[in-house]
Amino acid sequence: MALTNQPLTRADAKVMNRYDITKRLVDMLHHDEAVIGGIGYTNFDLWAACGGKRPQNFYMLGSMGLAVPIALGVALAQPQRKVFALEGDGSILMQLGALSTVASRAAKNLCIVIMDNGAYQITGGQKTQTEMGADIVAIAKASGIAQSAWAADEDAFAELIARSLKEDGPWLIGCRIDAGKPKDTTERDPVKIRETFMRGIAVT
Amino acid sequence: MAESRAWHEIVRDVLKQHNVSLVTYVPDNVLRPLIQGIESDPFFTAFACTREEEAIGITAGAWMAGTRGIVMMQTSGFATLPNVLASLNVPFQIPALMIVSERGTLGEFNIGQALVARTMRPVLDSLAIETHTLTRLDEVEFIVDRSIVQAVATKASACFILSPLLTGGKVFAK
Repeated sequence: MALTNQPLTRADAKVMNRYDITKRLVDMLHHDEAVIGGIGYTNFDLWAACGGKRPQNFYMLGSMGLAVPIALGVALAQPQRKVFALEGDGSILMQLGALSTVASRAAKNLCIVIMDNGAYQITGGQKTQTEMGADIVAIAKASGIAQSAWAADEDAFAELIARSLKEDGPWLIGCRIDAGKPKDTTERDPVKIRETFMRGIAVT
Repeated sequence: MAESRAWHEIVRDVLKQHNVSLVTYVPDNVLRPLIQGIESDPFFTAFACTREEEAIGITAGAWMAGTRGIVMMQTSGFATLPNVLASLNVPFQIPALMIVSERGTLGEFNIGQALVARTMRPVLDSLAIETHTLTRLDEVEFIVDRSIVQAVATKASACFILSPLLTGGKVFAK
């Protein structure tokens, strides 16, 4: 894909802030897109960026690594709706096979956003393998998701999100992020989360 | 009237009656005729996943978005699922329908399979998941039909264990 200012590797991408780019993402949505928040700070900043108010969001409370499979299930069931999965580097490293499943299903309406700070931040900042050489965008491409790219900076992130909203996927957008703390904490009421989400995506 | 269909034809038909159209699986030899029957029927969307918990995640997302699904796996695959069932399906009240082909008993030749099989029912019981072991052809339709009705009505998961008594299982070959 022809993108301006596209870094080839993780090392070339600017380190951004998770809350800031999550806010940029939700501000670009048209209201009806589903967003699945993986566990940890990825999830907390999705909640924070929406003030806890966006009913098309689903927040996991466990099941580490399953944001992409859950998002794929939503995307398959509602092919007219764009679906985003927000997942951390530690989480996606647990479920790399899901990337090849997404590719093999050719899920046109799915976009995966990886928040990569190279650390298990919520458990004390232990390094993940992305900090030691693993490149999630390269893994995604090798798994068959051709439209995978690192976001060079905030403007490039916005450009990639805009394209993912307009053009067929599946997409994977890699984002290097800093160790900033999340702005809020997700409410932990699973049935309320699920019922709100189902109403938000028109399943009563 | 005597049942003329094979177990896997009954299961396929009951899934269709209940509009369970998404089938995610990690394959197994005993499941092969069921998977073949489903994949040759355009009613179903069926595909293999890389792990059983991935398959559960996909059907959970699909169920929330209005499509009913079921996960098929073998016993050792079920052993990878306690975390996702306990942290996703059960607390969020997202019913997981599962079909497990039972290894580890009635002629098992692999001690590892025999041991992992011992963990399955205690896990299901500890999560209060409705579980039925299918042993008789004349009970398959009733059990699967009623259990899907219950899973949908109560938003609670259900697991069907396919006994070698029903399927013949995997036979020891020297």
